[in-house]
Amino acid sequence: MTDTIIDIDRVTKRYGSHTVLQDLCFSVRPGEKLALIGPSGSGKTTILRTLMTLETIESGTIRIDGEPLFQMERNGSLVPADEAHLHRMRTKIGMVFQLFNLFPHKCVLDNVTLAPMLTKGVRKADAERRAMELLDLVGLADKARAMPAQLSGGQKQRVAIARALALQPRIMLFDEVTSALDPELVEEVLSVMRMLGSTTDMTMLLVTHEMSFAHDFADRVLFFDRGRIVEEGPPDVLFTNPTHERTQAFLKKIIAAGQRI
Amino acid sequence: MADWAGYLGLMLDGALVTAKLTVLGCALALPAAFLAGLGRLSRHSTVRALSVAYIEFFRGTSIFVQLFWAYFVLPLIGVTLTPLQAGVLALGLNVGAYGAEVVRAAVQSVGREQHEACVALNLTRWQSLRHVLLPQAAVVMVPTFCNNAIELLKATSVVSLISLSDLTFQAQVVRSQTGSTALPFLTVLVIYFAYASLISAGMKALERRMTRGLDGLRT
Amino acid sequence: MEWDWEFVREIMPMLLDGLRITLLATLLGSILAAAAGLGFALLRRSKSRPVARITGFVVEFIRGTPLLVQLYFLFYVLPELGLLLSPLTAGVVGLGLHYATYASEVFRAGIDNTPRGQWEAAKACNLTPYQTWRHVILPQAIPPMIPALANYFVAMFKETPLLSAITVIELMSEARGVANSNYRYLEPMTMVGVLFLCISLIAVPALHLLERRFRPPR
Repeated sequence: MTDTIIDIDRVTKRYGSHTVLQDLCFSVRPGEKLALIGPSGSGKTTILRTLMTLETIESGTIRIDGEPLFQMERNGSLVPADEAHLHRMRTKIGMVFQLFNLFPHKCVLDNVTLAPMLTKGVRKADAERRAMELLDLVGLADKARAMPAQLSGGQKQRVAIARALALQPRIMLFDEVTSALDPELVEEVLSVMRMLGSTTDMTMLLVTHEMSFAHDFADRVLFFDRGRIVEEGPPDVLFTNPTHERTQAFLKKIIAAGQRI
Repeated sequence: MADWAGYLGLMLDGALVTAKLTVLGCALALPAAFLAGLGRLSRHSTVRALSVAYIEFFRGTSIFVQLFWAYFVLPLIGVTLTPLQAGVLALGLNVGAYGAEVVRAAVQSVGREQHEACVALNLTRWQSLRHVLLPQAAVVMVPTFCNNAIELLKATSVVSLISLSDLTFQAQVVRSQTGSTALPFLTVLVIYFAYASLISAGMKALERRMTRGLDGLRT
Repeated sequence: MEWDWEFVREIMPMLLDGLRITLLATLLGSILAAAAGLGFALLRRSKSRPVARITGFVVEFIRGTPLLVQLYFLFYVLPELGLLLSPLTAGVVGLGLHYATYASEVFRAGIDNTPRGQWEAAKACNLTPYQTWRHVILPQAIPPMIPALANYFVAMFKETPLLSAITVIELMSEARGVANSNYRYLEPMTMVGVLFLCISLIAVPALHLLERRFRPPR
């Protein structure tokens, strides 16, 4: 097929009169680690949410693994996708949210086992075994029976990562997953992400403000501004020698605010 | 003043009928509330329209009228109900309509992020409702359902007007037979109040059980 | 059973007479409920604990027991104490007191929601308690309460048929009277339902308007 796992082709999205994604084009190779950076409102979170089908687009095509996301084949032509198609496409993508979005009425273990049991028909014993493996991976095996309200922010986010991993997606989306955490809790989440990056071949897209993490972790960095990709490149190049003036302005502000790259 | 025991017995009979009406009425109101409340949120416009019609009709007309309609008018189209059946039907459907709004508001009050987490985990709409949204919404519904149940209890007194021997009816009977007014009515008021307090206590206990371990779930 | 429009035309004047009484009872009942409700709310905030607790208990008792029984109580017991009220008056008092308990909850919540800073500012301006209530607290507390109160008054309107049990000739009474003397239930009962529905269909958008107009500042 193609050797891109995600293909964004001339995608435009509007909220009323406000255009939040402007003719966006980029591709992602399997196993690539992509960092999306840029000022608020630049569209980077929107494209992530769109990939997770939480938003729709006005024009353009998104392909996952060569298949269109929001359209499907019917009698040789493309028609808008129905729920069954979207359901099938979603099995390839997982997402971790800024505010964790854990299910407060279920313990940690049940949070992780719920989706595999319901969407993949995994038996409870198998689901719990796999869940314990994942919780062990993120360092929270001893909290399996705790309720989310009893966890710190960093712990909640690690559970959220385990929950998303339980569905074995090929693509993982991380939407500012450390922005809501107290500074001393950020590192435990970043180290889980680093571990995933080095031990799996998952494609990972992260929207982040942690510039030094992005620099060390990402294969490629995309700088977003006002709905477009202004500049992209390997972190070494983009962070130290940005060519575009808007990239330069943004990075200058970040460094002035105390982030070291 | 003789035979007070007999009169007391009559009133206790009435208390039993009232309790039966309340329990059966709530048993009808609860599923009606969920069906219509969730129906209001359905993706299909027909389901939505039917739910709204049911809710607005039963909330917009008086329980008294609905009861009379059930008892006096339905026979004209071939459906004859006993006073008890008419009472349960009218009470259940009436309070169910109010309950439907509670269900709808509670489900909508569950934060959007929960819904998004369900999408991200690829749960179907029904799975999201059953495992994630409804359990969280249910906690929010309990206090208002408690009020709805007490309203239903109070509304049962209306069946005395279609000669069903509930607590209020028996109070009237005792009054007409003994000429005593304050005593029967006060007794009856106390019994209703006791029932209402029972419902409140039960609901509070239910709420406590449901929010175990969920600190911060209810704002 | 066939619908008889001629019959409807015949009974309409009587039904409308009844509707007039219904609306009158609702109006008077609402005024009493608002006044007594405010009174209950203020009494419950009384510094004297016995007063507050007794008021609280009375309010809970009236709120937790059926209006119908309360109406019977007023209608049958009061004359024995020497207080002879017309059925309509007894009905209005019953409705007013019963709904005053709901109103008092609305008032209490509204007053409690007024920021503490307002009380403190009033004290700093050396206002008397009466002046504080009249010029600072109530003007702020009342507008957001109006939609909730209006809701209860619509509910009161729908409970007026209970007045027929104490011989007030309101809408439901007229309908039953007409039905009994003509042996036809279909048209009167349906028309009563229709009239209630009409009033309700006017009231609901009116309530929404009120809600929008008096939405508390966020």
